[in-house]
Amino acid sequence: MQSQEVKGYKSLMKKHEVKKPLFKSFSAAFLFGGGLCAAAQFIFNLFVRYGGWQHDQAAGIVLVIVIAVTTLVTALGYYDNLGQIAGAGLAVPISGFANSMVCAAIDDRSEGIVQGVATGSFKLAGAVIVFGCVSAFIVGIIYWLGGLLGFL
Amino acid sequence: MKGTWIFNNAPLITAGGAVGGKDEKNGPLAAYFDSFFADDVTQANSYEEAEGFFLSRAAQIALNKASLSSGDIDLFIAGDLMNQITSATYTAAYLNAPYLGIFSACATVCEALAMGGLAVASGKCQKVLVGSVSHNKSAERQFRYPNEYGSQKPPTCQKTATAAGALLLADKGQGIMLESVTVGRVVDYGINDPLNMGAAMAPAAADTICKHFSQTKTSPADYDLILSGDLGKMGRELLFDLLSSQGYGPDKQRLKDCGLLLYGEQKDAFCGGSGAGCIASVLAGYLCNLLQNRVVTRILVAATGALLSPNWVKQGNTIPCISHAVSLRVGDNNA
Repeated sequence: MQSQEVKGYKSLMKKHEVKKPLFKSFSAAFLFGGGLCAAAQFIFNLFVRYGGWQHDQAAGIVLVIVIAVTTLVTALGYYDNLGQIAGAGLAVPISGFANSMVCAAIDDRSEGIVQGVATGSFKLAGAVIVFGCVSAFIVGIIYWLGGLLGFL
Repeated sequence: MKGTWIFNNAPLITAGGAVGGKDEKNGPLAAYFDSFFADDVTQANSYEEAEGFFLSRAAQIALNKASLSSGDIDLFIAGDLMNQITSATYTAAYLNAPYLGIFSACATVCEALAMGGLAVASGKCQKVLVGSVSHNKSAERQFRYPNEYGSQKPPTCQKTATAAGALLLADKGQGIMLESVTVGRVVDYGINDPLNMGAAMAPAAADTICKHFSQTKTSPADYDLILSGDLGKMGRELLFDLLSSQGYGPDKQRLKDCGLLLYGEQKDAFCGGSGAGCIASVLAGYLCNLLQNRVVTRILVAATGALLSPNWVKQGNTIPCISHAVSLRVGDNNA
């Protein structure tokens, strides 16, 4: 009896489902993500062409700029509104990682510097770091084995 | 199944206090609030402390309206959404009154009215203050993500209100009659998406409302308004269908949702408002006003609560929900 009610309810939920605006979300993610990457590439080119920087140095400074801008926009309270529109477009680039640390640090300020800011900063970013390290380890093993066997 | 208490000597709601934040001030019900805080922190050290400020101010306003001081209160019953209901405790310390802290998530104010009504009807208490509060920022922190996190919210999600409501129950005087209460049971239809609470809670609301009609031998036509707490757009549609399938289909114009009333068409509210302060402030401000001015004479308010914790949801469990209903009336005999 109970399960039949639940089954009926699930179909009722389908009837009144609030549809996610997938096309809009995908387009916005494409535009914001693409726009951010294009802007970063433009700054990169400026550093290389007019600054005389090496490619690896220029890549580093571009990352720092994206992180700094994200931090500023987050601290001023606009990033969450942008993120609502852009979705993965801003979450996948390093702006997403920077935001995840800064937003937690701001939010946890009320619990103090040590137990709040310092501990809280990695609340969301910790997962990225863990999976980054684990996947780097696995790729490293593959690379090492490939070298031993002579195909990498 | 039991659960409905009809008060022969109905306790009276003699005063109410509704306090909101800045988004509530921009909402369609702004005129019915007693006071607003200009910002989210309001000189407090944290959002959690600010939440305590909100409830304290709502309680103080209700007392002022009734020309009482906190020393006149026999009992203060309140709750909120924070862990260990710290905001209600803060207010209890401020009032320095006998205090019972309760938790039914967003259905807290109706649980408080039920218990307060019982305390007054029993004759043990003459004046009982009840209330509940929620704060958007502290709720985001506890239940979702840090406030400035740029994640994309789905259209089914709801916005926790930054608001508080307090109501004064008395055994005599002039006021709105708390004629009956229906205490709900926990209903779980297997929804595990915490960003679709309206759908999770609608069956609980339907269960309690149907129980109320059958145990008080009333029908939807006996009420000018039937209100759910915070089901939002989708939840309201679901509730309407569930009630209709049980033979208690109300006139759809009379089926309202406090979360939808609070924010109207504000876009960042998504499916509507939610939170323990949402229904409490709408009830203490808007609905009490409608009743006092006889725009409506009898309403059924079914507050809905999702009884989850962040860890409970992360563990993949489904969301247990509850709804408590109160029937409020103005009549000739208490005019």
